[in-house]
Amino acid sequence: MNVVDTALAGDKAVKLISGNHACALGAIAAGCRFFAGYPITPSSEIAERLARSLPEVDGVFIQMEDEIASMAAVIGASMGGVKSMTATSGPGFSLKQENLGYAAGAEIPCVVVNVMRGGPSTGMPTRPSQADLMQARWGSHGDYPIIALTPASVSEIYSETIRAFDLAEQCRTPVVLLYDQVIAQLSETVALKATRRPNVERKWASGPRSSFKPYVTGSDAIPAMAKPGKGYRTHTTGLTHSESGFPTQQPEVVNRNLKRLFTKLDRHRQLIDSWEELYCEDADLVIVAVGISARAASRAVEQCRSRGVRVGLFRPVTFWPFPETQLRQAAARAKVVLVPEMNTGQLQFIVEGALGKPVEGMHLFSGEVIAPADIAARAAALVKET
Amino acid sequence: MLIDTAADFDVTHYLRKEMMPHFLCPGCGHGIALRALLWAIHDLGIEKDELAVVSGIGCAGRLSAYIDANTFHVTHGRPLAYATGLALARPDLHVIVITGDGDCLAIGGNHLIHACRRNLKLTCLMLNNEVYGMTGGQVSPTTLETRLTTTTPLGNQEPHFDACALASAAGAGFVGREVTHHVPKLKELIKAGLAHPGFAFIEVLSDCTEIFGRKNDMGSSPEMIMRQTSMIRPSAYNDTVDTPFRPNALPTGILTKNDRPEYGAAYRRAAAMRAGAKR
Repeated sequence: MNVVDTALAGDKAVKLISGNHACALGAIAAGCRFFAGYPITPSSEIAERLARSLPEVDGVFIQMEDEIASMAAVIGASMGGVKSMTATSGPGFSLKQENLGYAAGAEIPCVVVNVMRGGPSTGMPTRPSQADLMQARWGSHGDYPIIALTPASVSEIYSETIRAFDLAEQCRTPVVLLYDQVIAQLSETVALKATRRPNVERKWASGPRSSFKPYVTGSDAIPAMAKPGKGYRTHTTGLTHSESGFPTQQPEVVNRNLKRLFTKLDRHRQLIDSWEELYCEDADLVIVAVGISARAASRAVEQCRSRGVRVGLFRPVTFWPFPETQLRQAAARAKVVLVPEMNTGQLQFIVEGALGKPVEGMHLFSGEVIAPADIAARAAALVKET
Repeated sequence: MLIDTAADFDVTHYLRKEMMPHFLCPGCGHGIALRALLWAIHDLGIEKDELAVVSGIGCAGRLSAYIDANTFHVTHGRPLAYATGLALARPDLHVIVITGDGDCLAIGGNHLIHACRRNLKLTCLMLNNEVYGMTGGQVSPTTLETRLTTTTPLGNQEPHFDACALASAAGAGFVGREVTHHVPKLKELIKAGLAHPGFAFIEVLSDCTEIFGRKNDMGSSPEMIMRQTSMIRPSAYNDTVDTPFRPNALPTGILTKNDRPEYGAAYRRAAAMRAGAKR
């Protein structure tokens, strides 16, 4: 762990750390007190950092026997009432999906970090990729809601890790933090104190046990959770359950409970949605990008603007649920939309769905990052054509 | 000790009455094992609020829903992994895992051997009925050779696992086996497992009359249970004769017991030392 303190002090103090270390520090700041993981490149630094830091704050770190077990242990700890996280990469993320579905269905808060590397299969462990955007949404079987965040800098990994915990607790859902190998292992300065604020706590069950039903909700659609040991003695299951928490197959009860589950995030979009726009107001071409590709794109936007080419950038920070409405507004004026990404067109597919028309894509899957100059050249050429 | 009248034990105190009738088939041994477990919990005075039961998928996995405690019915094969997280995060809870032979030894085999090795305080009750009952009677890792199941129509050709030997070899601090025929003995074994300060693995030889026994022409539940008792060697025999009675029979009772350090306490102790050194 290389935390380099700079000369600045007080509120201006910054630390020079890698993205993975920023994630670990963000987790501690958010109140994470349990981490279970399994070694995998390029996410292992998160586990290594937390193995040292968690015992210092009365937390628990454990390296489990496999990726499946670490996801299971994280859910087990969260069911016990402790904020919990795991971190992995591509192949490990595939193995997490089974229990990720359980967390979504039983509504157990947890944070899953996926440092994206090349695929398919073992792929390129030390090379960046952005090819798990779809898996983060659709990776486990059945329908379920989930939140995924796509930070684009070391500083944002820190703040988005904190936000991931807050959203997980508030919405009782798993939250996936998706970033690529480049920002995971890139070192940048982070103002750790600047983003500190009170952590969000889970809505715990209160009132008499006799009238408590674990999946009854108010208008917020988020059920209060019974902490073991508090006298509620509830049942939690991956089977489709009624408000009582026990399995049911009665069509109307199933329908009512699943409908509430599938739509619960819709009611909290103001809280969940996060995006960034750069010069979209007068842009002839809007670039849509996330993560390291968005950073390259923001440089490309500056390059284009300096040459008088009106290019803008729309960057989802919350990736799932996708900020479709915001994108439609940002791209309303644009004649062309360009999606540079490090996969074969996952974001392009989503953007085309949101805008209801074909858009241009730039797809790089060679294990390299997309260069700003290449995006700028393509954007300028597209603007010229229209 | 073994003639226990259970006068002060009311099983309904530990059951969720609203969940009755239960879904187990007539003749299934799982209900006997559940009763023995609850009896052991009663004898030890474990409060229901402090009790967490984690179970996997299958007939055995369904039992957690009937217990009036903090219960978690999780994914197939993973209850030990969930329980590891829960027990580490909440050392104040008494965490029990209920699993079956398929759940524990096939899909969950990796979690079992590492739970044994790690020696975190957990009690794992594996109900072995030799078959995947819930899914309709497929071969399991404990199905004996030549047995007929829906996926071994030629008779099982695979050797079966000795779960207790596996758990002992993997390092479990406490390993025991009992049949459902001997309920007070089973209760005492579970009590000893629950009281053990580390990981305890207990195999209960249960019977699946409807799905497995029927297919193998094994008769009624009492007949199946009596057949099991004829296959085992009670632990008392080990001490009473120089030449063991039924030397090739399956040993029952406490098979392994040692005082290896419990993982959770060891971790917390090391963490406290680190924190102390930093201060």
